[in-house]
Amino acid sequence: MIELNPFIIFFAAIFTNNMIFSNFLGMCSYIAVSREIPTSLGLGQAVTFVLTCTTIINYLIYHYALLPLGLDYLRFIVFIISIAAFVQLLEMFVERYLPNLYYALGIFLPLITVNCAILGVSLFMIIRNYNFLQSIGFSIGSGIGWTLAIVALAGIRQKLKKASIPKGLEGPGITLIITGLMALAFIGFSGIVQIQ
Amino acid sequence: MNEIIITTISITGISAIFAFLLTLADRTIGNYGEIELNINDDKDYTVQGGSSLLSTLIDEKIFIPSACGGKGTCGYCKVKVLEGGGPVLPTEIPFLTQEELDDHVRLSCQCKVKEKIKIQIPEELFNVKEYFATVEVLEDMTSVIKRLRLKLPEGEEIKFKPGQFIQLKAPLYEGNDEEVYRAYSIASAAEDKNHIELFIGYVPGGKCTTYVHKHLKVGDTVQINGPYGDFYFDDESGREVILVAAGTGIAPILSILKHMREKKINRKARFYFGAKTPEDLFLVEYFKELENELYDFKFIPTLSRVTEEHNWTGETGRVNNAIDKYLTDSENKESYLCGNEKMIATMVEALMEKGIPEELIYFDKFD
Repeated sequence: MIELNPFIIFFAAIFTNNMIFSNFLGMCSYIAVSREIPTSLGLGQAVTFVLTCTTIINYLIYHYALLPLGLDYLRFIVFIISIAAFVQLLEMFVERYLPNLYYALGIFLPLITVNCAILGVSLFMIIRNYNFLQSIGFSIGSGIGWTLAIVALAGIRQKLKKASIPKGLEGPGITLIITGLMALAFIGFSGIVQIQ
Repeated sequence: MNEIIITTISITGISAIFAFLLTLADRTIGNYGEIELNINDDKDYTVQGGSSLLSTLIDEKIFIPSACGGKGTCGYCKVKVLEGGGPVLPTEIPFLTQEELDDHVRLSCQCKVKEKIKIQIPEELFNVKEYFATVEVLEDMTSVIKRLRLKLPEGEEIKFKPGQFIQLKAPLYEGNDEEVYRAYSIASAAEDKNHIELFIGYVPGGKCTTYVHKHLKVGDTVQINGPYGDFYFDDESGREVILVAAGTGIAPILSILKHMREKKINRKARFYFGAKTPEDLFLVEYFKELENELYDFKFIPTLSRVTEEHNWTGETGRVNNAIDKYLTDSENKESYLCGNEKMIATMVEALMEKGIPEELIYFDKFD
């Protein structure tokens, strides 16, 4: 594999390999929390932060504990445990020292534990043999890409409130159709660079 | 074999490290120290901060009704937080009306005690206690309803008003991995302070009803707390009483009738009991006897799905048909209803059409 510049990975993770539009990861919170722009932006920021931190933690655990001990097959379970523990720690910290942020994000923080985009990024980083800097670029980019997707969807859904949609398609139905159309639009970026 | 041992040890080790870190964080970051809690501008408590208001109050032996055990899904544990509760969380909003929001009402299970806090709760809640009662009687009333009679421990008494309810705790059992509380109206007389009687209908998959119907035995100990509720009989009004119930809704009505008998309350009373078929009726003989024992009481069972095979000679159709037939005027009357949401809505409408003022129609609604 050609050694990719971390910045290229960063931009590719936002546009050409967006977690939502090319991997369909983190869909549940993407659909559930995309009704309003401010809340989806809040969740997007929280996801980006958690994603970056857990990717760093998981990179260190994988390369300095699991690989040397020949335990790399345990990465799934170990990554899940570390993500859950980190989110819990983060929640305690934000609640104590950043109460305003806690009240803005508090509800979304526990949700992030089960956001599969977070686990997905940690696993992709291993599968694609990224080094430390590439992993960081990939995680920040993925977080921003996920945020971009949910905020864009929230914007469209806010406009849709005034539209007359067939009864059976209201809510998640039309959201999935829009996601499909957005994914089609993002295919337009795919010629620029590929990272997988 | 070695791989299994190494895997187990590694996972245990890694989990232990994270558990240690979380415990450490809980002791340091999550430690809010001692916090002052003031209730009703009257009672002051010093409590350990960091827990939810609901569990903090339970630690102080103050019981707030909560069917889901603090998961923010039942919306029962409402209290007024006047100071120190922080902003209302998105998890609470679906359970609060605009009026309640303006009135500083919060869900106590979602609101954390992190700073000096001042709350307001109904005085009656100080009366609420926890009991470990023994199952004295557990018998089938119909194919889906059981009568549960509990005896309180020696020397303990419960003080309640006819119509109020208690909460019964469903413990962990095979097929149920969480402890939950469910509310049941008391069917025994308020004068019998050593016993609690409940009627529990079986709900397929229901955690508490499955516990009572499939696991509980005579002699077992159950955990209850109460009494709760603002649906209770008005002793003093002197008005004629219209009682309406369906299914297990019979419980509070029975408590009211027993109370009327014990206290020798000489008021005219009519009890409309709605059911589908004769098999759904129970305690019929008991109510017939009450007709002789009470001052002026009539029991009017009404069946909605009878066929000729049932040989039913009583009232048929829905309860409002019987009300239409027997309730001729609304003068000096009040009504107590207990049943499901739909039945209550229909009955309130029917009674109001008859001219009974809304404020004299009291109801206890269940899902």
